[in-house]
Amino acid sequence: MILGLPKRWSVSAFTLAGLLFTPFIALVIQALMPDQAVFGHLMETVLPTYIQNSLLLILLVSIGALLLATPAAWLVARCDFPGRSVFQWALLLPLAMPAYIVAYVYTDMLDYAGPVQKALRELFGWQSPADYWFPEVRSLGGAAVMLALVLFPYIYLLARTAFMEQSASLIHAARVMGCSPWRSFWRLNLPMARPALAVGVALVAMETAADFATVSYFAVPTLTTAVYDTWLGHGSLSAAAKLSVIILLVVFALIGMERFSRRKQQLYQKNSFHSGLERYALAGVKSLAASGYCALLLLLAFLLPFGILLDYALDYFEYSWTPEFFEYSANSLLLSALVSVLCMAIALILLFIQRISPDDRDALPARLASFGYALPGTVLAIGVLAPLTLADFGVNDLYALFDQRGPGLIFTGTLFALVFAFCIRFSAIAIGSLESSYKRISPSMDMAAVTMGEKPLGLLSRVHLPLLKKGLFAGMLLVFIEAMKELPAALLLRPVGYENLATYVFQYVSDEQLEYGALAAIVIVLVGLVPLIYLNRSLEQEN
Amino acid sequence: MTALSITGVNSEYQGVRVLDGLDLQMEQGEILALLGPSGCGKTTLLRAIAGLQPVSSGCIHVQGQCFNGEGNFTPSEQRGVGMIFQDYALFPHLTVADNILFGVTEKDSFRRGALLEEMLTLVKLEGLEKRYPHELSGGQQQRVSIARALACKPKLLLLDEPFSNIDSQVRGELMMEIRAILKSRKVSAVFVTHSKDEAFVFADKLALFKEGRIVQHGTAEELYYSPAERYVADFLGRGNYVPVQVVDGFNVDSPLGQLVSTSELTWPSQYSGEVLLRPQQLTLEPDDAAAGVIRDRRFLGNFCHYQVEIASQLLEVRSQLTQLLPGQKVQIRAEAHPLVIF
Repeated sequence: MILGLPKRWSVSAFTLAGLLFTPFIALVIQALMPDQAVFGHLMETVLPTYIQNSLLLILLVSIGALLLATPAAWLVARCDFPGRSVFQWALLLPLAMPAYIVAYVYTDMLDYAGPVQKALRELFGWQSPADYWFPEVRSLGGAAVMLALVLFPYIYLLARTAFMEQSASLIHAARVMGCSPWRSFWRLNLPMARPALAVGVALVAMETAADFATVSYFAVPTLTTAVYDTWLGHGSLSAAAKLSVIILLVVFALIGMERFSRRKQQLYQKNSFHSGLERYALAGVKSLAASGYCALLLLLAFLLPFGILLDYALDYFEYSWTPEFFEYSANSLLLSALVSVLCMAIALILLFIQRISPDDRDALPARLASFGYALPGTVLAIGVLAPLTLADFGVNDLYALFDQRGPGLIFTGTLFALVFAFCIRFSAIAIGSLESSYKRISPSMDMAAVTMGEKPLGLLSRVHLPLLKKGLFAGMLLVFIEAMKELPAALLLRPVGYENLATYVFQYVSDEQLEYGALAAIVIVLVGLVPLIYLNRSLEQEN
Repeated sequence: MTALSITGVNSEYQGVRVLDGLDLQMEQGEILALLGPSGCGKTTLLRAIAGLQPVSSGCIHVQGQCFNGEGNFTPSEQRGVGMIFQDYALFPHLTVADNILFGVTEKDSFRRGALLEEMLTLVKLEGLEKRYPHELSGGQQQRVSIARALACKPKLLLLDEPFSNIDSQVRGELMMEIRAILKSRKVSAVFVTHSKDEAFVFADKLALFKEGRIVQHGTAEELYYSPAERYVADFLGRGNYVPVQVVDGFNVDSPLGQLVSTSELTWPSQYSGEVLLRPQQLTLEPDDAAAGVIRDRRFLGNFCHYQVEIASQLLEVRSQLTQLLPGQKVQIRAEAHPLVIF
């Protein structure tokens, strides 16, 4: 920290953070505006169903992901069986799959005209849907299964670490006191991993609350699709804002749960001795079952959908390999690159000021700016639209005041809205990534530089930047990938005629023609794999 | 000239007073140790001198220049004090040479090279200028940080627990060497430590801290032989406190018999207090008729550490006699020395 730092540093941090915080304020103000009874109408008719669907979906996905992830995490962390070292990282792969793509693939396979039902009909001689019962894929339950399949790795990852970091001496103590592995799992491993599991569940629930594409594809009306429809269908920003505030309440409750559990997790996992934590060597039927379970999970959540996607892409290659594909890829790359650079710049400015400021309050801007990640894409879009529309009108009114022709919708009608929204949503990732690098720089480095006569900007360029290079790059990569995948905000905020890979793929999904967009979908999945490789490498270094 | 002058310095952190009305003077070329247990405020004072810690009131002058107080605040980067850190704070992305020249404002490359050479020779690291910090041992890293601080020609050098991360085998040697370097360049230095042994070896004078205040300031001998209060005596070494009554200017009565002081006592006769007796100031002699009984024995190589019970009080005694056993009766005597009575 630098004593006697001029106030302008603090002022700029707060201004920047305030800008990134506008959607929250805008949402609340907008929600308080009158809305020509659209919201009242919704409340009397469909809103209770929407809320019920949203909550039920969150509950089902959380339970489903928990049941899928926990056994896999425990097996990989505490047992030895064939393929363990591969499953250890491969079970993260589903994270790269957008849920709506998995949903599409399974619908294609399992609905009435799909190969599974066709085969069953041929086998048993059934003639029509009346002859037999088959679960409906396009349902709330179906959506829950799809989301659980791609989101379980969040829990798997945290639980695996928790199981691995449990103190060997505790387990040994239990064994010596006559506790079998099975009993020690229920009495020790699982209770001690509970905070980690809760953090994972909270993350899964937040992702579920933010999901738009899967439920939209399955036509399951939830709060997120309601926001989208209210804005695009009824044109009521205010009613959409009211719905958004309801979603925000749910999300904030989940964040609270996540924070609380993280604190408990630190209590449970600290002071653990890593030495001599041996894994149970499984043999015979047990080892077969362990391998089989992990393999099946990997197959259903990643290999099968990805394989089918590859098959689509090969079959329809000439339809996919089009000028549009390249144009939209370029759009996605440019947008993501721009957003990742901006986000890292924001993170660097806020964290640098937080670090050098002697005032504890200057830690607030970085925290404020991190809130954006809590906003589901649809909600964020509404929160961004309101202030930018106001800004557009303001600018044009200003021109009109001087009898000039206004420049048009320079904020909402251009990529500005999209870039602004993405920066709000992804600054948290940049800040999180950079913060962990910053923590590794001892505060005495700063003091050494300052006592040798270095000024703040010199400290940044000569000491911090060279030491943060890796963290900056990693953060940029993570933001880049998230920006490539982000769909709902892009759908709502893109300028007319603008498409990127995500909106392009979703268009084909909605039109039941993913075969034509398979190549683009594969690009999204492959780009999404990059951070997993990175994540896994950092995990292996920890071991 | 006064190298450092501190008057009435107060500092608060989250509502707690960390420094409480400190006064301290230090001569040019002197090495001063700020000594005390952790959390006593010694590091806070060091940082306040460097301008890294806010001071709520009071003045800090370095070489007559006011850094804090009288409405002034000089930012760290303009103070021209050097600082050595517990973790050395070497920049990991820079070579030894670049680290040493980090704060040097000299532009002329020839003179920069000459300065680098001078510094490398000074800290005996010739030939290592191209290495990176992680390629050096702890002691070598500490030498680089000394060279880096001295290259800026600081008015005052501040050292924050500089030897706590050095192996105990080489620590003593490194301390002597760095002390010699500072003395040869007549650098005034303030050194923070919680170890009295380090303070004794490295510093000219000691300032002993207790809860944000300086309890006693002086040479090691002054603090050791005439501690201002029991806290000082206890911090600088183990001691026994035996009830005494002053007889006259040189003699006191105690359960060990009459004790003789080699300096005149300032207490009036009949004054009752407790005398400080260090374990090595007591001698033992086997004597079956004596009142002392050995209760515990610890063998420590060249000597033994005994607990001796006398007049229902346990005394710690360090003795060259290593063959005494628990249960044995012994005569305890105190060597004549300037008595310290509280």
